[in-house]
Amino acid sequence: MRRASNDTKRCVACGVCALTCPREAISIFKGCYAVVDESKCVGCGLCEKACPAGTIRVMEVQDGSR
Amino acid sequence: MAAGKKKHWYDYLWIWTIVYFALGFFNILFAWLGMIDFILPLIFAIAGGNKWFCNHMCGRGQLFWVLGRNLKCSRRKPAPKWLSSTWFRYGFLTFFMTMFGTMIFQTYLVFSGAGSLRKAIKLFWTFRVPWKWAYNGSVFPDWVAQFGFGFYSLMLTSTLIGLIVMALYKERTWCTFCPMGTMTQGICRIKSKKGN
Repeated sequence: MRRASNDTKRCVACGVCALTCPREAISIFKGCYAVVDESKCVGCGLCEKACPAGTIRVMEVQDGSR
Repeated sequence: MAAGKKKHWYDYLWIWTIVYFALGFFNILFAWLGMIDFILPLIFAIAGGNKWFCNHMCGRGQLFWVLGRNLKCSRRKPAPKWLSSTWFRYGFLTFFMTMFGTMIFQTYLVFSGAGSLRKAIKLFWTFRVPWKWAYNGSVFPDWVAQFGFGFYSLMLTSTLIGLIVMALYKERTWCTFCPMGTMTQGICRIKSKKGN
Protein backbone atom coordinates (compact mmCIF):
# COMPACT_ATOMS: atom_id res chain seq x y z
CA MET A 1 0.00 0.00 0.00
CA ARG A 2 1.13 3.56 -0.69
CA ARG A 3 1.55 5.85 2.27
CA ALA A 4 3.33 9.14 3.03
CA SER A 5 6.68 8.66 4.64
CA ASN A 6 8.90 11.38 6.11
CA ASP A 7 12.67 11.75 6.23
CA THR A 8 12.73 12.95 9.85
CA LYS A 9 16.44 13.86 9.75
CA ARG A 10 15.94 16.46 7.03
CA CYS A 11 12.42 17.59 8.00
CA VAL A 12 12.26 21.26 9.05
CA ALA A 13 9.00 20.84 10.99
CA CYS A 14 7.33 23.79 9.25
CA GLY A 15 3.97 22.02 9.35
CA VAL A 16 2.87 22.64 5.75
CA CYS A 17 2.19 18.92 5.25
CA ALA A 18 -0.06 18.83 8.30
CA LEU A 19 -1.99 21.85 7.03
CA THR A 20 -2.58 20.36 3.59
CA CYS A 21 -3.47 16.85 4.76
CA PRO A 22 -7.23 16.37 4.19
CA ARG A 23 -7.29 13.41 6.60
CA GLU A 24 -5.45 15.13 9.46
CA ALA A 25 -3.05 12.22 9.45
CA ILE A 26 0.07 14.31 10.00
CA SER A 27 1.25 15.94 13.21
CA ILE A 28 4.47 17.68 14.18
CA PHE A 29 6.23 15.68 16.87
CA LYS A 30 7.48 18.04 19.62
CA GLY A 31 8.50 20.65 17.08
CA CYS A 32 11.14 18.30 15.66
CA TYR A 33 9.62 16.59 12.60
CA ALA A 34 6.37 15.53 10.95
CA VAL A 35 4.88 12.14 11.83
CA VAL A 36 2.43 10.33 9.55
CA ASP A 37 -0.35 8.27 11.07
CA GLU A 38 -0.38 5.40 8.58
CA SER A 39 -3.79 4.23 9.69
CA LYS A 40 -5.25 7.55 8.55
CA CYS A 41 -3.04 8.22 5.51
CA VAL A 42 -4.54 7.32 2.15
CA GLY A 43 -1.43 8.13 0.14
CA CYS A 44 -2.99 11.02 -1.79
CA GLY A 45 0.33 12.88 -2.02
CA LEU A 46 -0.94 16.38 -1.22
CA CYS A 47 1.69 16.68 1.50
CA GLU A 48 4.47 15.64 -0.88
CA LYS A 49 3.43 18.37 -3.32
CA ALA A 50 3.44 20.99 -0.55
CA CYS A 51 6.61 20.00 1.34
CA PRO A 52 9.24 22.72 0.73
CA ALA A 53 12.13 20.55 1.91
CA GLY A 54 11.09 17.53 -0.16
CA THR A 55 11.32 15.22 2.83
CA ILE A 56 7.80 13.78 2.84
CA ARG A 57 7.17 11.28 0.06
CA VAL A 58 4.45 8.83 -0.86
CA MET A 59 5.98 5.38 -1.16
CA GLU A 60 5.17 1.73 -0.92
CA VAL A 61 5.18 0.66 2.71
CA GLN A 62 4.66 -2.74 4.30
CA ASP A 63 1.09 -3.40 5.39
CA GLY A 64 0.63 -4.43 8.97
CA SER A 65 0.10 -1.20 10.84
CA ARG A 66 -3.65 -1.35 10.35
CA MET B 1 -5.09 24.64 3.40
CA ALA B 2 -7.11 21.52 2.84
CA ALA B 3 -10.67 22.12 1.72
CA GLY B 4 -13.42 21.39 4.21
CA LYS B 5 -11.28 22.00 7.26
CA LYS B 6 -12.54 24.27 9.99
CA LYS B 7 -11.05 27.74 9.70
CA HIS B 8 -9.56 29.45 12.71
CA TRP B 9 -8.84 33.10 13.40
CA TYR B 10 -5.12 32.38 13.13
CA ASP B 11 -5.52 31.11 9.58
CA TYR B 12 -5.83 34.72 8.51
CA LEU B 13 -2.60 36.02 10.02
CA TRP B 14 -1.17 36.54 6.51
CA ILE B 15 -3.18 39.78 6.62
CA TRP B 16 -1.03 40.82 9.59
CA THR B 17 2.12 40.59 7.42
CA ILE B 18 0.63 43.00 4.88
CA VAL B 19 -0.66 45.34 7.60
CA TYR B 20 2.78 45.31 9.26
CA PHE B 21 4.60 46.47 6.12
CA ALA B 22 1.88 49.02 5.35
CA LEU B 23 2.12 50.54 8.85
CA GLY B 24 5.92 50.69 8.66
CA PHE B 25 5.65 52.49 5.36
CA PHE B 26 3.83 55.36 7.02
CA ASN B 27 5.45 55.33 10.44
CA ILE B 28 8.65 53.45 11.14
CA LEU B 29 7.88 53.10 14.85
CA PHE B 30 5.39 50.37 13.91
CA ALA B 31 8.40 48.27 12.90
CA TRP B 32 8.76 47.45 16.60
CA LEU B 33 5.61 45.33 16.34
CA GLY B 34 7.70 42.84 14.35
CA MET B 35 9.31 41.84 17.64
CA ILE B 36 6.13 39.82 18.28
CA ASP B 37 7.16 37.52 15.43
CA PHE B 38 10.57 37.14 17.06
CA ILE B 39 9.50 36.57 20.64
CA LEU B 40 6.33 34.46 20.24
CA PRO B 41 7.98 31.52 18.38
CA LEU B 42 10.74 31.47 21.01
CA ILE B 43 8.18 31.39 23.84
CA PHE B 44 6.38 28.49 22.14
CA ALA B 45 9.66 26.63 21.67
CA ILE B 46 11.19 27.29 25.09
CA ALA B 47 8.03 26.98 27.20
CA GLY B 48 6.03 24.50 25.12
CA GLY B 49 8.74 22.61 23.24
CA ASN B 50 6.79 22.95 20.01
CA LYS B 51 6.69 24.84 16.74
CA TRP B 52 3.05 25.80 17.02
CA PHE B 53 3.88 29.31 15.85
CA CYS B 54 5.47 28.07 12.60
CA ASN B 55 2.82 25.41 12.15
CA HIS B 56 -0.26 27.59 12.67
CA MET B 57 0.47 31.26 13.24
CA CYS B 58 3.28 32.41 10.96
CA GLY B 59 1.79 35.24 8.90
CA ARG B 60 4.73 35.24 6.53
CA GLY B 61 4.47 31.54 5.77
CA GLN B 62 0.73 31.95 5.26
CA LEU B 63 1.30 34.89 2.91
CA PHE B 64 3.66 32.77 0.79
CA TRP B 65 0.98 30.09 0.71
CA VAL B 66 -1.78 32.52 -0.28
CA LEU B 67 0.36 34.09 -3.02
CA GLY B 68 2.08 30.91 -4.16
CA ARG B 69 -0.76 28.41 -4.04
CA ASN B 70 -4.03 30.35 -4.13
CA LEU B 71 -2.85 33.09 -6.49
CA LYS B 72 -0.53 30.73 -8.41
CA CYS B 73 2.57 32.90 -8.07
CA SER B 74 4.83 29.90 -7.47
CA ARG B 75 6.43 27.47 -9.91
CA ARG B 76 5.96 24.81 -7.21
CA LYS B 77 9.15 23.07 -8.26
CA PRO B 78 11.35 21.25 -5.74
CA ALA B 79 14.05 23.49 -4.27
CA PRO B 80 17.71 22.44 -4.43
CA LYS B 81 18.56 20.19 -1.50
CA TRP B 82 21.31 22.42 -0.12
CA LEU B 83 18.71 25.09 0.69
CA SER B 84 17.32 22.86 3.43
CA SER B 85 20.62 21.29 4.47
CA THR B 86 21.84 21.66 8.04
CA TRP B 87 24.96 23.65 7.16
CA PHE B 88 23.04 26.15 5.05
CA ARG B 89 20.27 26.53 7.64
CA TYR B 90 22.68 27.16 10.52
CA GLY B 91 24.96 29.21 8.29
CA PHE B 92 22.06 31.45 7.33
CA LEU B 93 21.00 31.68 10.99
CA THR B 94 24.54 32.78 11.92
CA PHE B 95 24.62 35.34 9.11
CA PHE B 96 21.21 36.62 10.11
CA MET B 97 22.13 36.96 13.76
CA THR B 98 25.36 38.77 12.81
CA MET B 99 23.34 41.24 10.77
CA PHE B 100 20.88 41.58 13.66
CA GLY B 101 23.81 42.32 15.96
CA THR B 102 25.14 44.95 13.54
CA MET B 103 21.72 46.56 13.51
CA ILE B 104 21.64 46.63 17.33
CA PHE B 105 25.11 48.22 17.30
CA GLN B 106 23.91 50.93 14.88
CA THR B 107 21.05 51.58 17.28
CA TYR B 108 23.55 51.81 20.14
CA LEU B 109 25.64 54.36 18.21
CA VAL B 110 22.59 56.59 17.87
CA PHE B 111 21.71 55.98 21.53
CA SER B 112 25.20 56.99 22.69
CA GLY B 113 25.32 59.99 20.40
CA ALA B 114 28.23 58.64 18.33
CA GLY B 115 25.98 58.23 15.31
CA SER B 116 23.01 60.09 13.93
CA LEU B 117 19.60 58.83 12.84
CA ARG B 118 19.48 57.70 9.22
CA LYS B 119 16.01 57.75 7.73
CA ALA B 120 16.64 54.97 5.25
CA ILE B 121 15.92 51.30 4.69
CA LYS B 122 18.70 48.92 3.71
CA LEU B 123 17.62 46.14 1.38
CA PHE B 124 19.59 42.90 1.15
CA TRP B 125 22.07 44.49 3.59
CA THR B 126 23.42 46.47 0.62
CA PHE B 127 21.03 48.86 -1.07
CA ARG B 128 20.06 52.00 0.78
CA VAL B 129 16.53 53.20 0.06
CA PRO B 130 15.41 56.62 1.34
CA TRP B 131 12.49 56.25 3.76
CA LYS B 132 12.35 59.72 5.28
CA TRP B 133 8.55 60.10 5.05
CA ALA B 134 8.11 57.42 7.68
CA TYR B 135 9.48 59.49 10.56
CA ASN B 136 9.10 63.12 11.52
CA GLY B 137 10.10 62.99 15.14
CA SER B 138 8.17 61.66 18.11
CA VAL B 139 8.16 61.61 21.90
CA PHE B 140 10.76 58.82 21.72
CA PRO B 141 14.51 59.38 21.46
CA ASP B 142 16.20 58.93 18.06
CA TRP B 143 17.57 55.46 18.78
CA VAL B 144 14.01 54.10 18.96
CA ALA B 145 13.43 55.21 15.38
CA GLN B 146 16.88 53.97 14.31
CA PHE B 147 15.98 50.50 15.57
CA GLY B 148 12.70 50.78 13.65
CA PHE B 149 14.48 51.51 10.38
CA GLY B 150 16.95 48.69 10.99
CA PHE B 151 14.35 46.17 12.02
CA TYR B 152 12.02 47.06 9.15
CA SER B 153 14.95 46.60 6.75
CA LEU B 154 15.55 43.14 8.17
CA MET B 155 11.90 42.15 7.95
CA LEU B 156 11.48 43.50 4.42
CA THR B 157 14.70 41.91 3.16
CA SER B 158 13.83 38.49 4.55
CA THR B 159 10.30 38.71 3.15
CA LEU B 160 11.71 39.61 -0.28
CA ILE B 161 14.08 36.63 -0.15
CA GLY B 162 11.08 34.51 0.82
CA LEU B 163 9.06 35.85 -2.11
CA ILE B 164 11.89 35.09 -4.55
CA VAL B 165 12.23 31.47 -3.40
CA MET B 166 8.43 31.18 -3.31
CA ALA B 167 8.24 32.16 -6.98
CA LEU B 168 11.14 29.92 -8.00
CA TYR B 169 10.44 26.83 -5.91
CA LYS B 170 7.76 25.59 -3.50
CA GLU B 171 5.39 28.07 -1.85
CA ARG B 172 6.97 27.92 1.57
CA THR B 173 10.60 27.30 0.60
CA TRP B 174 11.55 30.18 2.92
CA CYS B 175 10.48 28.01 5.87
CA THR B 176 13.28 25.53 5.15
CA PHE B 177 15.96 28.10 6.01
CA CYS B 178 14.01 30.67 8.02
CA PRO B 179 16.30 31.67 10.92
CA MET B 180 13.41 31.61 13.41
CA GLY B 181 12.39 28.17 12.19
CA THR B 182 15.93 26.84 12.49
CA MET B 183 16.29 28.31 15.96
CA THR B 184 12.97 27.02 17.28
CA GLN B 185 13.50 23.55 15.79
CA GLY B 186 16.95 23.47 17.39
CA ILE B 187 15.45 24.36 20.78
CA CYS B 188 12.70 21.74 20.35
CA ARG B 189 15.26 19.06 19.45
CA ILE B 190 17.33 19.81 22.55
CA LYS B 191 14.19 19.77 24.71
CA SER B 192 12.91 16.47 23.29
CA LYS B 193 16.32 14.82 23.77
CA LYS B 194 16.31 15.88 27.40
CA GLY B 195 13.04 14.02 27.65
CA ASN B 196 10.73 16.71 28.91
